[in-house]
Amino acid sequence: MVDAAHPAPLQAPLRDAAPPVVKTAFSWAWLGVTPFFLFALLFLILPTLYLVVGAFMDTEGNFTLDNIVNLFQPTILRAYWISIQISAASAILGALFGFFIAFAVTIGGLPPWIRSTVMTFSGVASNFAGIPLAFAFLATLGRTGLVTALLIYLFDFNIYGSGFNLLSFWGLTLTYLYFQIPLMVLILAPALDGLKKEWREASEILGASSWQYWRYVALPVLWPAICGTTLLLFANAFGAVATAYALTGSSLNIVTILLFAQIRGDVLHDQHLGYALALGMILITGITNGTYIWLRARSERWLR
Amino acid sequence: MKRSTVGPWIAFGLGALYFLIPLIATFEFSLRMRRGTYSFDAYAVVFADPRFQASFSYSVLLALITIVLGVMLVVPTAYFIRLRLPKLAPLVEFITLLPLVIPAIVIVFGYLRLYNSSSWLPFTSNARATDLLLAFGYVTLALPYMYRAVDTGMRAIDVRTLTEAAESLGASWATILFRVIFPNVKVAILSGAFITFAVVMGEFTFASLLDRPAFGPYLQLIGANRAYEPAALAIIAFLVTWACMGLLQLVLAGARVARQR
Repeated sequence: MVDAAHPAPLQAPLRDAAPPVVKTAFSWAWLGVTPFFLFALLFLILPTLYLVVGAFMDTEGNFTLDNIVNLFQPTILRAYWISIQISAASAILGALFGFFIAFAVTIGGLPPWIRSTVMTFSGVASNFAGIPLAFAFLATLGRTGLVTALLIYLFDFNIYGSGFNLLSFWGLTLTYLYFQIPLMVLILAPALDGLKKEWREASEILGASSWQYWRYVALPVLWPAICGTTLLLFANAFGAVATAYALTGSSLNIVTILLFAQIRGDVLHDQHLGYALALGMILITGITNGTYIWLRARSERWLR
Repeated sequence: MKRSTVGPWIAFGLGALYFLIPLIATFEFSLRMRRGTYSFDAYAVVFADPRFQASFSYSVLLALITIVLGVMLVVPTAYFIRLRLPKLAPLVEFITLLPLVIPAIVIVFGYLRLYNSSSWLPFTSNARATDLLLAFGYVTLALPYMYRAVDTGMRAIDVRTLTEAAESLGASWATILFRVIFPNVKVAILSGAFITFAVVMGEFTFASLLDRPAFGPYLQLIGANRAYEPAALAIIAFLVTWACMGLLQLVLAGARVARQR
């Protein structure tokens, strides 16, 4: 079984690099990394490939594009579209607010203890997602939540009377920001640290205003990092299931909830359409992450 | 020239409001169970619930298994890649990033199709095997964090010199790996372990779709049926996450102090 599943690309570099190193040490090294590749193949690559291949097959196993074509029906398109909107809104807002907070704690001149507190808290909050996060926002902005009640008590203002609903587009976006902003802070703070003091001094000596410094020096340098991280946040929100599921049940038709229902009970009445649904998600997160990695490589050129 | 810090203070203040209010509100909500007065009744109910105890300890055990499996998988790989097979480093790094690219729900969907009870590797045919599949799934989810932590740890020590020194003293590769390399990347392993623990404790999608009695599905169940217990559980979950990150900071700070000596 080991031989059959052994990934083919592994053997090619072996021949190239064999001569300079002692042969026995080499085989030990290959043996040492074999479990990793075997694991990745079994629990990451093959399961994904199975769905990707299944998306292009009909129930008899023949090649077909019908599943892909069937994705373009109103229910499914709407699910993708709402997912994309929520992910984009929470990514862009998260990046914006995250940038200001990261700026404040790194080069904003706040006391050092604030920086370490914010960074630790960001580590916690970026991992505080899923179902408990949904509970927290229900207790805050739900119909009987503290903030909802306080607003009625203090200002006689009922946010639910004015059309707000936690179980909606903006409610979910606001909730997602709780892990999106900290993630932005965590990734962007080191980039802001990379801005060299000399750049600012040089631009000031040349008579640049603060605005000109940011517009023509700092932002162009930071831009790939900011855009890249925004894409990462997008993918992060796009794949999220638990928060939305616990918050809205199945009332908000986003694509992860649809896929969840499909896996549970074949709501689309077509197994292979489910594979196509998964393929669409992989494509979207794959493209955004690929662009992120490319942009990060670009930003590292300047921020060493 | 000293720049004004008004803007940064406003950014920090607004951030603090956004992040603290939900925590305060959740805590307040969790105390409301007894009518007319604040009490810890919701917590008492949660802790007395046998399903809470069962699912919490199930997830703790699963997290520990995940950490052990993850360490056994990642440390030798990172070591051999760094020492002998640097050409493969980009490939391995790419693979370890994939769990961030492929949504968890897609991965578990693949498991359910590939390892169903009539397949060549029927992981989902009985409960124990499914537990194992869930642990492997969590190792996959934790791979990006674990690999990065351990690889960073390896970069900080001189793997090559340590290996050559041990080899010249006649150590076998197993001795090198377990008695030289492991102790030297202990801090990195621990930091990866704490993040893994936090990830596993809160995970919902894998456990729910593989139908295992973990903490995440229990939370969902309570959330759908109770009023005050969910808030108490959210506070407990937040404290667990906070404890993991706090211990992580402590370990890293301890290592920094030790290195300075």
